[in-house]
Amino acid sequence: MAQSIEQTRDGDALVLRPHGRWVVADAQALDDRLAEVKAGAARRVRIDLAGVEAMDTTGAWLLFRLKRGLEAGGASVSVDHIGADLAPLFAQIEKRPSGPVKVPRRGFGPFVLLEHIGYRTVELLRSARALVGFFGEIAITFARIAARPQRLRFTPMVAQMQRAGVSALGIVGLLSFLVGIVMTYIGAQQLKPYGAEIFTVNLLAVGTLRELGGLMSAIIIAGRSGSAFTAEIGAMMVNEEVDAMRTLGLDPIEVLVVPRILGLILTLPLLTFWADFTGLAGGALMCRTSLDIPLTTFLVQLHSAVSLWSVFLGIIKAPFFAVCIALIGCNEGLLVSRSAESVGRHTTQSVVQAIFLVIVLDALFSILFNELGI
Amino acid sequence: MSSASDRAAAPVVHVRGLATGAGGKILLRDATFDLHRGEVLGVVGASGAGKSVLLRTIVGLTPAATGTIEIFGEELGRRGQADLRRFGTRWGVLFQDGALFSSLTVAENIMVPLREQLHLSPALMHDIAALKIALVGLPPDTAEKMPAALSGGMRKRAGLARALALDPKLLFLDEPTAGLDPIAASEFDGLVRDLKESLGLTVFMVTHDLDSLMAICDRIAVIVDQRLIIGTLAELVHNPNSWIQAYFCGPRGRAAQITEAANG
Repeated sequence: MAQSIEQTRDGDALVLRPHGRWVVADAQALDDRLAEVKAGAARRVRIDLAGVEAMDTTGAWLLFRLKRGLEAGGASVSVDHIGADLAPLFAQIEKRPSGPVKVPRRGFGPFVLLEHIGYRTVELLRSARALVGFFGEIAITFARIAARPQRLRFTPMVAQMQRAGVSALGIVGLLSFLVGIVMTYIGAQQLKPYGAEIFTVNLLAVGTLRELGGLMSAIIIAGRSGSAFTAEIGAMMVNEEVDAMRTLGLDPIEVLVVPRILGLILTLPLLTFWADFTGLAGGALMCRTSLDIPLTTFLVQLHSAVSLWSVFLGIIKAPFFAVCIALIGCNEGLLVSRSAESVGRHTTQSVVQAIFLVIVLDALFSILFNELGI
Repeated sequence: MSSASDRAAAPVVHVRGLATGAGGKILLRDATFDLHRGEVLGVVGASGAGKSVLLRTIVGLTPAATGTIEIFGEELGRRGQADLRRFGTRWGVLFQDGALFSSLTVAENIMVPLREQLHLSPALMHDIAALKIALVGLPPDTAEKMPAALSGGMRKRAGLARALALDPKLLFLDEPTAGLDPIAASEFDGLVRDLKESLGLTVFMVTHDLDSLMAICDRIAVIVDQRLIIGTLAELVHNPNSWIQAYFCGPRGRAAQITEAANG
């Protein structure tokens, strides 16, 4: 719809005759035309709306703005042929003058980058401090529960074990199985030229039992359950459910966090054992099909390569990983503020931090075991 | 211009034999009504009677079990995204808790429909957002706030501002005055009445606010025993149904009628 404003002079008065539709869909064209209107020397301005086909709230406001602007310039303004039914709308607009809207600018440049780095550093330090504080809070709660074991919420804990453990058996088993196959394949390739392919079994056994079984299951669970903890608790924060819990005299740490931590502490060692088993099974299958090492030979070699102690050293790390994952997952969940974006940000944080800490912890364990000579 | 006048005479919302429900349970059977231009329909019913489900069905969020719905003379069937986009410029919907986008400020929330549907300069969009914020009675500094920083009543009004952003001809409101103080609620009534008179706004409003019902609703639809009973207040007061009697002639209903009679 073509917008036009006819400007004529009538003595010392300026007459404006707008045509077209004064509605929000045509607001841009209208705004551009209105910018061209200048009262100049005219002391009186008459706005004749006879040519206006339709007007809505935005149109009415633009008219109001035009009138106010001309009046501020010292002219007296009259409006003709305004529909009688529009009077209540004008009254509404005049009653509530709108203020300017400030929109935060998202700039670029070296200073913004610097500001961003500083902001992120402070944020990181804050979240580290919050995590330490949270760890202390959990420790106190655990002590309280140890004094009065009937306060332990057993059913939610078992439900968490089901969701974090039993439901993860498939994916943990499959991935470890595949990693077992890959390790055997790579090991055999390297050892074959020396006629030492039987030692592939040693490589597989030590690698899987001491490191990969535990690490694989911890990383999968960090991605699978750590993120779920954050998202669940975070959505409850958005919905004020955690606040509601507090007002009902329930301690969210006791109700939400402890069952998740305990559940994961009990589950992850079992999952690690399962990952060890499937990893070795994958290796055994590979030995049999492509290295012509039958299962009995594989088992004999396995027995001579590792002892039960290796299995134990792999699994003993799992509860520590579990505490890491569950602690970070729950902590990030409780840090969620009331927006959807915040849930996403904290879930990402939770997974990244948990995987990072799991790997750091694993490295520390390697150093410790090495120093102890085991 | 005969086609235009025909369209003006045709109902804005045309519902025939509608059955709908939630979770596999039918809540409403054989609902039939028309909503004409410039009419305000209030929908009441007990909690869980299906008021919000009816609203969601009419705007196409919940599929209807049976029946036809026509809006602006077009049937709401299996509509594609393009159709939804077209309807989005012609109706505004206010959800119960405002349903503001939580990662955007209030002003940005109001600018979402403007940005998606029209081509306006940022300055003009900001001005329009400021206008809508003022119209629904929020202070100007609300514009920069995030929805999480607002009270329930303010979120509701910000939601209304977003629903009004494109100056729709048809407005669906889910409990617009719940959570507002009485002063804000009567200001809301005044705003809806003025918009209706000036722009011919048609309103479908789920409400429990008896004062709102009496002050601005032309007709009232009651959901009772899975049926929709529609009439003016004067008609419904004489309906023998015990729930309707309890609703309109209970102590609160009577008080609101007395107030309205004194005002009107």
